[in-house]
Amino acid sequence: MSLILENIDRLVGGETYINDVSLELQPGSFNALLGRTLSGKTSLMRLMAGLDAPTRGRVWMNGEDVTGRSVRKRNVSMVYQQFINYPNLSVYDNIASPLRLARVKRREIDRRVREIAEMLHIAPFLDRLPLELSGGQQQRTAMGRALVKDADIILFDEPLVNLDYKLREEFRDELRAVFAERNCIAVYATTEPAEALALGGNSAVLHEGRLVQYGRTEEVYHRPRTILSAEMFSEPPINIIDGCVSGTEVTFDSGWHFPLDDDLRALPAGEYRFGVRASHISLTPQAGDDIEMRMSVDLAEISGSETFLHVHNERVHLTVHLAGVHEFCVDAPVTLYVPTHKVYVFDREGAVVHIPSHLGGI
Amino acid sequence: MAEIALKSLAHSYLDAPGSPQDYAIREMDHVWHQGGAYALLGPSGCGKSTLLNIISGLLEPTRGDVLFDGERVNALPPEARNIAQVFQFPVIYDTMTVYDNLAFPLRNVKTPAARVHERVMEVAEVLELTPQLKRKAKNLTADEKQKVSMGRGLVRDDVSAILFDEPLTVIDPQLKWKLRRKLKEIHQRFEITMVYVTHDQLEASTFADKIAVMYEGQVVQFGTPRELFETPNHTFVGYFIGSPGMNFLEITLRDDRVRVGDSALEVEEGMRRAIEAAPSANVKLGIRPEFIEVHEAPVAGGIEASVEHIQDLGTYAIVDLRLGDTSLKARVEEDQSPPTGRAYLRFPAARLGLYVDEYRVEIDHDESP
Repeated sequence: MSLILENIDRLVGGETYINDVSLELQPGSFNALLGRTLSGKTSLMRLMAGLDAPTRGRVWMNGEDVTGRSVRKRNVSMVYQQFINYPNLSVYDNIASPLRLARVKRREIDRRVREIAEMLHIAPFLDRLPLELSGGQQQRTAMGRALVKDADIILFDEPLVNLDYKLREEFRDELRAVFAERNCIAVYATTEPAEALALGGNSAVLHEGRLVQYGRTEEVYHRPRTILSAEMFSEPPINIIDGCVSGTEVTFDSGWHFPLDDDLRALPAGEYRFGVRASHISLTPQAGDDIEMRMSVDLAEISGSETFLHVHNERVHLTVHLAGVHEFCVDAPVTLYVPTHKVYVFDREGAVVHIPSHLGGI
Repeated sequence: MAEIALKSLAHSYLDAPGSPQDYAIREMDHVWHQGGAYALLGPSGCGKSTLLNIISGLLEPTRGDVLFDGERVNALPPEARNIAQVFQFPVIYDTMTVYDNLAFPLRNVKTPAARVHERVMEVAEVLELTPQLKRKAKNLTADEKQKVSMGRGLVRDDVSAILFDEPLTVIDPQLKWKLRRKLKEIHQRFEITMVYVTHDQLEASTFADKIAVMYEGQVVQFGTPRELFETPNHTFVGYFIGSPGMNFLEITLRDDRVRVGDSALEVEEGMRRAIEAAPSANVKLGIRPEFIEVHEAPVAGGIEASVEHIQDLGTYAIVDLRLGDTSLKARVEEDQSPPTGRAYLRFPAARLGLYVDEYRVEIDHDESP
């Protein structure tokens, strides 16, 4: 089972929802659609499902043109943000419903419902009504319904958004395991880069209805082709500092400068934009090539085991992602270190011209 | 200005509560000191909203006392408690201007106009709402509306505490950190007691100097963000704080060795004694993923584990490990290559916690050489 989108446009009332997207999803692949709200994730999934038809372009499934084929004639499942279940049916009957529609034999239904319920940890609740369950269990029920039939494509539209972070962590680990054993195509929309990374597989970065980059998730993360891709696929977003390269050194507008190393020497002199990942900036020197930066703290956001430090000087604002808990007062001075061998370089148009050598270079 | 104390407080929604499970709040004592920035953190159903409603006066507790500066207020309605509340959704008058919204609580108690003006201007300046003062509230963005909600609490001189109930839920993610900073500034400037109720560890740890973590109707730890991370007092705190949470290993003493499943683990003498002295068979060791040392080759004092999965999270990886029947997660930084197949783990003594019947037990560390 493969799915190919070919030069897809979708316009609604003169407004462009999807802009010339081409995408080829392999059988058995897990694919995250990563993008902010209104980037086109849901629109694209509706086109994949056959809930909407494209304005231009073609959709191919297994080599067959299915562009005009409705959702009912495609074998797809969908899981939404909201926990959508039949409120007056038991959990068992909710999960069994797609199989009953497909007139599967009763004994086979029973086997598959129990198998799925076991896998999703809701076997003890099969006799209950959905509203008697917690939010997490309700979403597990909805997922059970999507997984129980052997769909060719399963679409997840931000399924964990309404769950707390502990449940999200657990679900991600489980989903990965569930799909490792399946041969269907999974498509999973999310606004969170960390979620796409945690799920592995492939990632498609979307922005304003366009496909920014698609590939193996680590590849897209480590080797962004544009600033936009790097910004969309990082949380907090990668820090961008403008600067210029001369024959011997790099000078940032913000006053820092450092000598060109062997990796960067290939860059012609001129103006560039430099990308520094928030997690590459540290409170202690890491290597001989670090730039030292004296900044002032806007806020230390602490998330249990991590700290997001917002800092600024006269010219730039930066965000730093530190492991562990670090408490800072608002407006406190802080000295930070950026390892120059880990910076990305983009040209003025935003195309990547340098990738750190430990990630394979350009 | 007030200290809020809860004395032998318990609450049940049932008419005749019997077992501890019948209580939404199990008997507890707690003090919120004057001027502190606090958070009440826990998952849904832990009792934090019940506790908030008892403090604000929306709910009268089944037992115990609510004391404001030593004075019992159990039966006082919310309006008699001089407490301001900021809810998930902004509570403002849409048809009034921002100025009139801010002035409303003062005019209500017949404050002289000059004083009203002075306070409104001061609060508007702190909240950066001065340019919006003449606008109708309905034309504001969600974050501006929520700032007006906060401002209505701050203008009153007589407010002894502000309670926040998930106040940033409706705020755009990109604007959240700015409001978080604003809240901290407000706290520093007004020195008012603030209690922030949330299920989100980031909201709690960013705002509060001290966090009360609630679980099954009880405060299981009251500590700084660093304490919750480094020395969780209860297994629930270890699990709930941090992503991923703390690892817990069930241990036994057999043939004079501390064991995880069949593997023997070398521990400090003090830890050993504490394990031997444990009054229960429910004994666990806790260690955070950040503090497990992961080696590719055998090391002295290392315990062998199998590598189940590696999650590449960009600039670090989470390695899923298996040690007998126990699953563990360890964090490996990008500069270190993650192991494959087998791994050898060390648990630094200073980072290893002992948990007996789910609560942390302090141990004497060996003299360091």
